[in-house]
This record gives sequence, structure tokens and C-alpha cells, in this order.
Amino acid sequence: MDINTKKLKKNAFRVTKERGITASRVRVPGGRMDAKYLSAIQHIADTYGDGTVHLTVRQGFEIPGIPFEKMPEVNKLLQPIIEGLDINQEVPEGGYTASGTRNITACVGNSVCPYACYNTTDFARRMEKAVFPNDLHFKIAFTGCSNDCAKVRMHDFGIIGMTVPRFEADRCVSCGACVKACKKKSVSALTGVNYRPQRDHNKCIGCGECVNACPNLAWTRSDKKYYKLTLLGRTGKKNPRLGEDFIKWADEDSIIRIVQNTYDYVKQYIDPNAPGGKEHIGYIVDRTGFEEFKKWALKDVNLPVIAEVAENIYWSGVRY
Amino acid sequence: MGYVLEKEGMNQVLSNLSENYLIYAPKLYVGGGRLSDTDCVRYGEVNRIDEIVFDRKSEFSFKEVLTPITQTLFYYTEDTVKEADGPKKGAVIFLRSCDLHAVKRLDDMYLSNGPVDSYYERIREKVKFVLMGCSSAYDNCFCVDMGTNISENYDMSIDCSDNNYRVDCKSVEFKSLLKANAIREEEVSPAYVKETSTHVHIPENLSAEVATSSIWREYDSRCIGCGRCNFVCPTCTCFTMQDLFYTDNGKVGERRRVWASCMVDGYTEVAGGGCYRQKYGDRMRFKVLHKVLDYKERNGYHMCVGCGRCDDICPEYISFSTCINKLESAMEEVSSNES
Repeated sequence: MDINTKKLKKNAFRVTKERGITASRVRVPGGRMDAKYLSAIQHIADTYGDGTVHLTVRQGFEIPGIPFEKMPEVNKLLQPIIEGLDINQEVPEGGYTASGTRNITACVGNSVCPYACYNTTDFARRMEKAVFPNDLHFKIAFTGCSNDCAKVRMHDFGIIGMTVPRFEADRCVSCGACVKACKKKSVSALTGVNYRPQRDHNKCIGCGECVNACPNLAWTRSDKKYYKLTLLGRTGKKNPRLGEDFIKWADEDSIIRIVQNTYDYVKQYIDPNAPGGKEHIGYIVDRTGFEEFKKWALKDVNLPVIAEVAENIYWSGVRY
Repeated sequence: MGYVLEKEGMNQVLSNLSENYLIYAPKLYVGGGRLSDTDCVRYGEVNRIDEIVFDRKSEFSFKEVLTPITQTLFYYTEDTVKEADGPKKGAVIFLRSCDLHAVKRLDDMYLSNGPVDSYYERIREKVKFVLMGCSSAYDNCFCVDMGTNISENYDMSIDCSDNNYRVDCKSVEFKSLLKANAIREEEVSPAYVKETSTHVHIPENLSAEVATSSIWREYDSRCIGCGRCNFVCPTCTCFTMQDLFYTDNGKVGERRRVWASCMVDGYTEVAGGGCYRQKYGDRMRFKVLHKVLDYKERNGYHMCVGCGRCDDICPEYISFSTCINKLESAMEEVSSNES
């Protein structure tokens, strides 16, 4: 058997423990898709795989037990899924064009969850269109609010929804629900002054708990949506760590641009001898220094006036 | 006599009205809902007829025009007191039949229940009402069972269909204005709801004895005491007083009154630290019985107008109408306890 493993990995197949047997990895950007594609996945699993499907930790489907020689047929069957999920593709019916940049994940978002501050799936899909296919090892995740159910702080780029709470003083009934919610569920950014809440903007994380708690719509959400961008969290063997806050109150366009800029930065500075051409961005930044990264990342980025960019970032985590 | 107006004519009517009145109606606040990417229909000032939302129930009622959420009564300096000015203009309020029935409750509470409330009166005497016809009921409406589905005491009525507005006018003040802007005159009577899917039955023998029923205990854990049901209710009138000193100059300040809620913590707090109705179920009992029992004992008719907004708004899906319908068996329960 003669198989180019580099090529098959790039094509979103896997070299498994079992010789001659691969697994197909189906990406679902934003973690949501029409249910009809489930039957297509079932068909592949039943016809070419071992009849099982693994739900991946990155919101994809891994179909194991596929013989290498069936990959072209599997790619054909993947075509309606790739098209239906609007995945950028270079060769029609050739399956996935790359696998380095991982599936872009999202929590369920504001189409379902009352806490979410934006439509995570829509933004994740927009990001997918902007960065995929790409061989570089980037992990990007979206979460609706600071609860971070999507665990975006374990990603290179974590996008957390924010809203600027607007206060209409004359609608306030001094019930204290917002102050209590902020204190018990969030960061105690509200204090009562003259029977009404006063918001400490520096403390506020834009979670929207005050808006949800207010019984009289004295608090409402800002027209514009804002995001916190967290940076360079990672798992792995050397120094797993959580992503730190890079920008507070960022906008959608800037975040897309920053991620795209980071691809340029990585191409410039990645270790040429990195095994499999794969190096976590965080280790590159550890090498070049944060200032250099920041210079590249913020090139031609026009942040909203309200945005706050971290001067420096000191990551911690476990070091081995 | 009624009038049929097209959009332009109707806008002209509103434009003329706005010389002497602020016009309040249910309008759409895009993105103004509590949760992300949700809208809200509530009362606000309008200038054009197409700003008015005719096909949805407003989340909050008109009452914030007559009884402002926050109302400064007077300002005080070191040795003087100045009463706050009332609104310079009158108000034209677009509202549905249930809400127009609620106005009677507000009037009885503020004008007939002891001394006249002058702050209410000075707004109220300059208000005109435009009845919005209801061709069908919305979710949770039970106006028919409360007898509030038909109203006669409006200044104008309005029904809209196919961009035409059919207006009945009972106020002499507005007749010439409508006539001048109408495309034709014809008999108009506002649409009203004849059937609702939600029904309530208030037992004839309902008495305060029902307070000892076990039905209230369910709400101890279900209710969160947020007060949304009170704030959206067109007939809740409770307020509290706040005296405050301005933060930049602690020698001057104001007294204002602000909506209060019998469901929210603090409502029954008294000097010395006493606090009654601590259990949410007891607050629910107090509210429900006020709406369908003790108010009637004083005034001869039920307070609740059946708009169903409390059901629409409750984040815990507690249904007021369902609670009313438990009262019959609750009465049986307390009667059997006695025997």
C-alpha cells in the first residue's frame, strides 16, 4: 500500500491505529447545520465506515473505520455537506482542502440562549469564510457571553460577546435586581446611588445580566454588538494556559482582520523546523515578544473608540 | 359619524393633533427587547401613523403616560420648595379596549379613593383616548370573560386595514379635523374581540378564606419576585416615595414617586424591620386576590381587565389566568377544612 499521509491529513482524513484504515473528519463551522446532513453522515458511516460516528470536541463528526482506498468515494459523498455548509473548497468533489486551521466552534448563541449577546454561529461562519482553507494551526472559538461555555479561553482566539448596557433612569423602579444580579452572577460593576444603579465602566464586562434582570426595561442593550477578544490560550504538553484579554469592546470587522493579520505574522515567524509545519501561535509569540505580534495583528485595524487594547499580556498556566 | 382616511390623511391628523398633544401609542423598539436581538413593543411618542404597532399586543401598558414610572413631585433647596411642573401639552393615547377599561380603575384609584391626587389629575384632564379596535384576541387575552372587550367611552376609535384607517369620533373637538382629512364618511364601529382561547372563571363564593388554601404554596418556589407582572399591568397603581439629595450639591434635592411592586422585596417592610408576605406565594396571593376579590368588594367591579400581559411577561411561566381558575377548587378546599 502506498499512501501519501501528508496529503491525506491535509484532506481531513486521519492516520489511525489500524493499518490501512482512516477516519473522515467533517467540520461544522459554528456548530450548527441543517439536520438533513445527518443522514448523509450516517450514509457514509454505514457504507464506508464501521457504522459509528464520533462527535468531536471541535463540533465536527469523525467517521472512523474507512479503508484508505475509499477516500475518493467518501469525498464525493461529502460534497453536498461541504457545499451545504458553505465551506471554501479548491477542488470540487475533492473533499476538504485543508485541515490545519481547525473547525471554528461556537456555543449555541443568541438564537437559543437568553444570556448570549450575539449570534455566535453567524459570526463563526463569517470567520470560517475569511480564514479557511489554511494549513496553519489556528484554533478559533466563539462564545455568546462571559460564561464562556465554548471554553474560548483555551483557543488561540476567543471571541466573547459583550453589550454596553444602556440605562434609562426614568424607567428605573429601584428594585435592585440589576445590582443583585451583577453582584451575584457577575463582577459587581453596579452600585446603588440615590436609589439607582451606577455602572463602573472599567469593571463592567458587558455580560448583560443587568439587562436580563431588569423588570422594567430601564436597562437595554446597545444597538451595536461588542466583543472581547482573548488571546493565545492553549492546551498541549509544554505550557497549557488560558487565553488572556487582548481587546475589550472590539467590533466584528476588527476581529476578522486581526485573525487574518495573524496568519501573515505566523508565516513570517513560524519555526521552519516545526514538526509537521505545526506550531502553536502562542509559542511563536513567546519567541518574538508580544509587541511584535501586536504590531502585525493591529495592522490596518480600525477599532471603535470604546475599544480598550491591552498594553501587554503576561500569560501564566502550567509550565513543564 | 365615522371617517375613512388614507395614510397621508391620518398623518396629517396626527400632525395637527401634535400642536396641542403628545401622541402616545404602542411602537416597535428595534433591539429594545430584554434579550439580544429581540424587539419590544411598548408605549412611546409617535409622529406618524405607521409608527404605531397595530398587530401585536404591547408588552407594557399605556399607564406610564398617566402615572409616569418616575415622577418628580417637588424640588427642595435649603429653604424653599418648588412643585414640579406638569406636562405642558396634553396627551392623545392609542390603546385597546382592555386598557381603556383600565383607565377607569386608575381614575377610581387616583381621583375617587380619598382625596384627589393632583399630580394624576393634571395629566388626566388633558388626555384623549383613541381606541384601537381588536379584530381578534392575542395570546393569553381574556377580556371577554372580564367584560372589558367592548368600550364606548373613547374620543376616537381606529381600525386599520389595507392602509386605510377607519375612525369613529365621539369628541366634538376632533370632528372637523377628521372630516378635512378623510376620503369619505361612513358608519364606523370599532372591532372588538368576541372570543378568547384563554378563559377565566372567578367563583361567585370567592372570599378571603381562600388565603388559607394550599394553592399559594406552589408559587413559593416558582415565583422569583421580580415584579414584571405588576409593571406591565395596566391596573397596578402602587408607588413609593424617594427623597434624594443631588450628589454634586447635597443641600438640594427632590422628592419623586416611583412605581412599586407588591411582588418585589421591600414592599411590606415597615419601620423597626418588620417584613410581611416574605414568601413569594403570599405575594402572589395578595396580588391575585386584590385583582379579583377585594378591589371588587370596594368598587363593585373587578380590577383585572384581562389583558394577559402578566402571563405574557412572566419569565417563570406563571400564568395569572391559570391561578384564577384554581380558585374554585381552592374554595372547596378551605370550605372542607372548616367542616
